[in-house]
Amino acid sequence: MLRQISANVLSWTYLVLVYAFIFLPVAVLVLFSFQDGRLPVPPFNGFSLQWYGAVFADRKLMAALGNSMVVALVSSVISVLLGFLAAYALARYKLPGSALQRGLLIAPMTVSYLIIALGLLSLMNALHVPLSLMTVGIGHVVINLPLCFAIIYASMGDHHINIERAARDLGANDFKLMALVTAPMLMPSILAAFFLSVTFSWDEFIIAFLLSRFDVTLPVEIWSMLRSGLNPKTNAIGSLVFLASVAVLLILELSLFGRTKKQ
Amino acid sequence: MTASVTIENVSKIFGAFTALDNVSLDIRAGEFIVLLGPSGCGKTTLLSILGGFQSPSAGRVTIAGQDMTYVAPAKRPTTTMFQDYALFPHMRLVDNVGFGLRMRGLAKAERDEKALGFLDLVGLKASAGKRPHELSGGQRQRVALARALAVDPDVLLLDEPLGALDLKLRRQMQDELKAIQKRVGTTFVHVTHDQEEAMAIADRIVVMNQGRIEDFGPPSEIYMRPRSLFSAGFMGEVNFVSGRVAAADASSARVETPLGSLALPTGNFTASAPKAGDRITLTIRPEHFRSDDKAEGPTVALGEARVVGSAFFGTHYRCHLEPCATDTRALVAHLPQSASVREGEIVPLAVRASDVVALPATGGHA
Repeated sequence: MLRQISANVLSWTYLVLVYAFIFLPVAVLVLFSFQDGRLPVPPFNGFSLQWYGAVFADRKLMAALGNSMVVALVSSVISVLLGFLAAYALARYKLPGSALQRGLLIAPMTVSYLIIALGLLSLMNALHVPLSLMTVGIGHVVINLPLCFAIIYASMGDHHINIERAARDLGANDFKLMALVTAPMLMPSILAAFFLSVTFSWDEFIIAFLLSRFDVTLPVEIWSMLRSGLNPKTNAIGSLVFLASVAVLLILELSLFGRTKKQ
Repeated sequence: MTASVTIENVSKIFGAFTALDNVSLDIRAGEFIVLLGPSGCGKTTLLSILGGFQSPSAGRVTIAGQDMTYVAPAKRPTTTMFQDYALFPHMRLVDNVGFGLRMRGLAKAERDEKALGFLDLVGLKASAGKRPHELSGGQRQRVALARALAVDPDVLLLDEPLGALDLKLRRQMQDELKAIQKRVGTTFVHVTHDQEEAMAIADRIVVMNQGRIEDFGPPSEIYMRPRSLFSAGFMGEVNFVSGRVAAADASSARVETPLGSLALPTGNFTASAPKAGDRITLTIRPEHFRSDDKAEGPTVALGEARVVGSAFFGTHYRCHLEPCATDTRALVAHLPQSASVREGEIVPLAVRASDVVALPATGGHA
């Protein structure tokens, strides 16, 4: 009896410690974004929304926020589209060296973002492509395409083959087959790939930092704010970024669960 | 619409495995053909060659006189109904059934109306707005049938469509399939390994084994006059009795067997005409044994046998008999309900000569 209680206490303590370890930094960040004072460090002086007001009044920050959204959405759409097409081809057709091709598609996952960014930077220089949000977007497609490909490819089971055959038998060409049958059937994994890719692009710093010039994304703007010292305003914008990521994950969770329950 | 199908010398080879070995078949327009055989006999391969999902290694397929050997599935006047139904899970039934019409460019109102008509044909008009996962197996099967018929194919190919249904539903769907086939008049080519199903629905049955056609004809002919030992054994229960042709003339042949000798009309040698000295195997259906000599028509006595086991099957007694005369393997006989059979009893065996089919003996049965 006593042993059981102590085991329970131990496991609950462990659970609380794990979650504290994961979420304490975020909790501190969010808490001091409400700091009534100039420094985001203890003691907590009182509750104030002044820093959120400052964030929304900062036009550079708001522009960076908009840039981040555009880059995240556009690069994710492209990553999902390319990933889907690659997965479809490799899952449904006998291609030369398909194991090697799959490996090559997934390989960028193992390369650090810094290396990818440096590679793209020298490539863009060599091609005389000016750095812009587009080059940042290209960098994000490079890192998110392998992820999208892997998620969608894994969900293309053999149980869909006869359904696709039936669609072809009834007269669907490749494009109609993919648009009307294959993609809708794989929608849960396509959405998962899309939203994961959005959150990765939204949070990404190194590639965005090295491949952008005048227009920057939010993480880059926050970094330049941090260079001038700690400020509850950075906590406020950090909390907003965190909130956006949570929102995307919630959408992903709900849209996925909504669909899998129906099927 | 409907069309005839001709298969000429079709072979299909996968590496070292011959799935189809020089198969030829003529199917008339509007026929209900069943390809029957054990798994691995090549029936599904033949069906997918007809549907265009595979192309033959050799030979030709013509539909309505047009060479279709290498034509893509979508360009053929055929549709296939898949074993797992292959319905589109994200579409309502009316959109499933209307899919082929949509691919043919019909406007939404028109294809919905046609699709509803076909859903009505299979009795599911009221469920048009549902999605496939809301249906039972039998209902999904009906939707698959409606979807395949909606594009008005000349030939409908059915790949073990009833395989996933329980027995009772399967028997019910057989009757429905047959009735719908009669109504629409389309040529149906149906694959199954269930010989009862084949007999219930086919106009003609194609019995296949190891990539070859063993027998082809109406169900009664396949059952009563099988042209191969495989065909005889696959279509229901049968007793094989080995024997030898002692003498043969134009109209009949005398056959010596361990059970006794009997004269058979030449017509009962379904595979080849009898010659004296031929080693043969007689096939006798269990229900053709008559234990009492009061049976109608002239019978041939085949000695006596001891009942070693019997079970009541409702329509008959199924008995295991051991012939007294020889050490021939045990026979299975179906005796009438009225027969009172007890284990250990000795019963006389008799058959009508016309019921016995003689086939060339193979190594296994000689």
